[in-house]
This record gives sequence, C-alpha cells and structure tokens, in this order.
Amino acid sequence: MEPMEKRSVSDFAISNASVAQPVSASLAKALRRLRINDKVFHSITRAAAFFVLFLLSAIVVSLIIGAAPALQKFGFGFLTSERWNPVTENFGAFAPIYGTIITSLIAMVIAVPIGLLITLFLTELCPMWLRRPIGIAIELLAGIPSIIYGIWGLFVLAPFLQAHVQPFLIDLFGNVPVLSTLFAGPPYGIGILTSSLILAIMVLPFITSISRDVFEAVPPMLKEAAYGLGFTTWEVVRYVVLPYARVGVIGGVMLGLGRALGETMAVTFVIGNAHKVSSSLLAPGTTIASTIANEFTEAVGDIYTSSLIALGLLLFVITFTVLAAARFMLMKIERRQGCA
Amino acid sequence: MNLLKTAFVAGALAAATLPASAADISGAGATFPYPIYAKWADAYKKETGVGLNYQSIGSGGGIKQIQAKTVTFGASDAPLKGEELEKAGLVQFPMVMGGIVPVVNLEGVAPGELVIDGPLLARIFLGEVKTWNDPAIVKLNPSAKLTSQAIVVVHRSDGSGTTFNFATYLAEMSADWKTKVGANTAVEWPVGVGAKGNEGVAQNVANTKGSIGYVEYAYAKQNKLIHTKMINKDGKTVSPVAATFQAAAANAKWDSQPGYGVILANQPGAESWPMTAATWILIHKQPKDAGAASEALKFFSWAYEKGAKMANELDYIPMPANVAASVKTTWAKEIKDASGKPLFAATH
Repeated sequence: MEPMEKRSVSDFAISNASVAQPVSASLAKALRRLRINDKVFHSITRAAAFFVLFLLSAIVVSLIIGAAPALQKFGFGFLTSERWNPVTENFGAFAPIYGTIITSLIAMVIAVPIGLLITLFLTELCPMWLRRPIGIAIELLAGIPSIIYGIWGLFVLAPFLQAHVQPFLIDLFGNVPVLSTLFAGPPYGIGILTSSLILAIMVLPFITSISRDVFEAVPPMLKEAAYGLGFTTWEVVRYVVLPYARVGVIGGVMLGLGRALGETMAVTFVIGNAHKVSSSLLAPGTTIASTIANEFTEAVGDIYTSSLIALGLLLFVITFTVLAAARFMLMKIERRQGCA
Repeated sequence: MNLLKTAFVAGALAAATLPASAADISGAGATFPYPIYAKWADAYKKETGVGLNYQSIGSGGGIKQIQAKTVTFGASDAPLKGEELEKAGLVQFPMVMGGIVPVVNLEGVAPGELVIDGPLLARIFLGEVKTWNDPAIVKLNPSAKLTSQAIVVVHRSDGSGTTFNFATYLAEMSADWKTKVGANTAVEWPVGVGAKGNEGVAQNVANTKGSIGYVEYAYAKQNKLIHTKMINKDGKTVSPVAATFQAAAANAKWDSQPGYGVILANQPGAESWPMTAATWILIHKQPKDAGAASEALKFFSWAYEKGAKMANELDYIPMPANVAASVKTTWAKEIKDASGKPLFAATH
C-alpha cells in the first residue's frame, strides 16, 4: 500500500503546482480509487475463501450421493457386517473400520511417547548446535512420500520383522493369557502390527513439530522460577512444561491421528489386505483407505462402487471428527496464551 | 503446511504434462496389457506418426469410459456378456494373452519340480489343505521333499483380471470354490494375505517361506520364482511356457461365445496350460467419431500382424493368426459409420 500512497501524494503536488486544480476534488478521487482497490481485493480474497467451503460441501454431497445405493441396500448393517464379497455383492465395512482405528491407535501409542521425548530433548536439554540438525531430520521425515514408506516397509521392515521380531514375540508371549492371542499365528511379516509401526514413523514429525512449538511457548519466566526454586529438569518438565503445553500437545496428537487414519499407500503395502477382523496383531487386516485404493479401479457394478464410496464417506466422517476436535483444542490453547 | 504446498505443486505439474494430442487414438482400461499396448503404440507412432493415448485405469474404468463414449476404445480383462455388448452397442475382440502361473517358496524344491492340479489348488486357496506334506500334495509329488511347514496363501488385494481368470479356473475345477467363493475381479478370500499387484504377490512369495501365490507369467519369470507344473484337462502335466499358453488359445472355441468372450481356463488339448487368460478390446459398433475409430482399427490390425515379436519379448502371447483373421471379418461386418459404410475393409 505504501508506495501507492506516496505516488498519489506526489501526484497531487505536481498537479496542484502545474494546473492548480481544487485539492479536495483530486484527493477525494484518489481516496475513492484506493477504496475501490481495497473492495476488489476484499472480494477476491473472500471468493477464494468461499471457494474452499464450496469445494468441501461439493465433496460431501457427491460422497453422499455416491454412497446412497449401498447405504440404502445394507442400512445400518453396513457398519457392523464383516462380509466383503464382490461376487455376491454383499458388503460390510466393519473390517476396514476396525483396521483403520486399531492401526492408528497402535501407531499413536508408539509415536506419542517417542515424539514427546524427542521434543523434550530438543527444547530443554539439547545443546544449541545439535538442535538444528535433529529438527531438520525430523522435518525431512515428514517430506518422504508415503509410497517410499510403503516400499521400505514391504522390502526391508516386513522381512526383518518376520525373521527376527515376530517369532520372538510369539515365543515370548506364548503362555501369557491375553498377550498370546494378540501375538498369535504364523509370522507373515506384513499385518496390522507392521502397518502400525510404519504409521508411527510417519506421524512422528507431526507430533514432534507441533509439540515443539507449544513447548517453546512456555514462558521462560515460569521455567526459570522453577529452576530457581531448585527443581530438577524432570520436575520442570513434569510440573511446568507439560501442564502448560498439555492442550497444544493433544492438538498435535490429533493432527497426527488424522494423518494416520487417512494414510493409504504405505498401509496398503504392508497390512496384508484381508477383509477380516482378527484378534492377533500379527494377522493381516485392512483399512478403509487401502480397501478403496486396492479395489476402486476394477470395481464393476453399482453396489460395489457405491460401497467403496460409502467407505470413503465413513473415513471422511471419522477424520473430520478427529480434526475438528484438534482444531477446538488448538483454539483453546491460543485463547489461553492470549490471556497470559 | 509446506507439505500441502508441495503436493499441490506436484499435482499441478503432473496435470500440465499430460499429453493431449488431438490426432491420437484414445483408449482406457485394463492394467494387465498396458506394457504391451505402450510398446506397440511406441513402435506404431514411429512407423505411422499416429500416437496412442492409453490410460491404464483398470477394466471397470475402461468399460465405464467406453460406455460414456469418452474414449475411442475400452479394454477389459473380463469379457462382457453377449447381452451387455448388445445393450451398449459394442463390439468385443481379444487382443493379446498371458499365462497365470502358481508360484511357491519352498526350500529344496526346484522350479517346475512341484506338480499340482486344479482341485488341489482350489483346496489350498480354500484353506482346506494347510501343510505342505498334506496327502493330497504328496500323492502328486511322491519324490519331492515336503515338510509339515504351514502353507501361506498369497493373493491379489487389488481387483484384477488375473484374479478373475484364476478364480474362474478354480470355480471350474471345484464345486466348493464355485459356491463358497465364486469368480470376479476381486473375491472374498477364505485365507491368506493380500498383496497389491503382480509385483506385490511376487515380492511376498519371495519373502515368505512356505507361501504359494499366483502371478502373470512375466512376473514369475523375471523374479525367478519357483513355478509349479499343472495337470491340464487332458490329464497331462504341462510347464508354463509360451508354447503351452499358445496351445490353449489354439484349442479354444473362440466363436462359442459372443464377442469372443471365451475364458481360456481349463482348455482341452494335451499341450494346453490350464490358466491362460486373454484381454479384450471394446469399441462401438457405430462410433461417434468414425475417423478415430478407423484409426484405432488400423492400429489393432497392425498389432495383430506385426506385434507378435514385441509381445513375446514382454512375455505376452500374441493371438493366433486364425483368430486375428476372424476378428477382422467381424470388424468389416459390424463396425460402421453413420451412413452404414464399414470402417474397416477385410482386405486391408
């Protein structure tokens, strides 16, 4: 804005000096022009923003229209049936819903503690010269395309798990009541556990970078006061940093969860793609996103296609709920920081 | 947010580089024949200057696109039935073939050493035969070193023509498979792990001890997997090689089904490989753009005549000459422009 104003002012000076026009008229004209500029700018930005709303609702509407035949045919049973039979056109979403939620939950159970430990080291304990390399390494993890994670998972991680980790787990928990069912069956290498591990690696950068932002937002005065009182580093983290940053960390965790729920390619490679709900974590399963990626191209017939779109709608609902919760929590922490 | 930005820019770049030449023949459909169509298209472009824009979006997508008339031809791994062709006003013909091969990962078993037959394969994939020293396997392989190792079944997780042909064969060989599972591009697998694509199945079989899977011949060959022999309809033991796939095609009664929609599973003949599969082209009887359709037919005719060597190089099986000749007669008879003039002269 500034150069424009400057130019207009100098324009007045020249025009006043040479032609001796009435000052008020040309000033009003210039001001009006600026106001029109602003209005145009305003409406362009508003149109861009509304376009997103329009896109979102268009996607929701087309998902609902696409899913309607399947939802009408199967009704509520679509959510609870484990059948997925393209030959008889009998579809139920229970196995993919279960797989989506269980892989994401296990991924979070693994990634959240590790992510928080990394963040604490980075913000509280790490020497200055090491902060940047570690921080950049974590952000690079976020930049790796998911197909690379999938290929790495299938060619490197799965054979390793199959040969070394899974037989060990099966032997270790063989006689423990609950754990023996969780870690039962032949070691396939791929399965629910493997895809959870891949997902954990993929969401790590999300959790780390967001919690680093909130940890850094903790006022240094509070921490210094606590150190002054003789707190150890652990006590500062436990009683000052974590309580202050709690809500923001939860927001970051939710964003990571949103990513894990919708992850497609990496999971497709390593989950084993079996439409079954199995009590063992080593068994193959499936997720909503991987089912769609696997079957949409060759799905022939209205009910089959529609069932896949209905799966998409379900995923949208699940992810939307998670992200809305995350937004809400982030809003809360921002408001609190504003007060502080 | 940087991620989002990168993804967006990448998407825009990809969209900008899509070819969109007006003179090109456009087609969409099956993924299985994509490599050979691409190779033919390349050679054809060099020879004639006419390009082919083939999108391998899957058979289901190909059928939808040709019905919506957005492409000149569609391609499908599963043939349409006579009444479906009639209803949509389409002509269907087979373009090229491939073989489906069972592959195993067993220590001490050489490629081609293990022999299996259709009913046994069905029982393995139904989960009824669970270990490698099951009497049913030992009976066919008395001299092989077989242990009580568990059988790990590996199947395709994505919908595919390979699965359609494999499941059709099993349904023909086993009443149990027909009633419990059936045949389609994807089925409800009773047991096993799913892997994406032929390459995924090949990789999983190579990784997993005691596994059995099914892949296109090219993948079995290129990945040096341990293939099995099969017992065919005539009770003869055959190996998966180009000659046995061709024998199955030559012995098939192509005119027995409308639109040459013969599934090459379990064909008669002492030399026939029991799991051979063709892939089909769909084109409108009265195309909207007669010029484009005529160019497409010229390309297919060229591929029948000059494409065999390239097909063999990529481990596909070219159509026998008698089938190609019969297909060309069909074109001349059935594909016409708006004025009723045939788009293809049989003596081309």
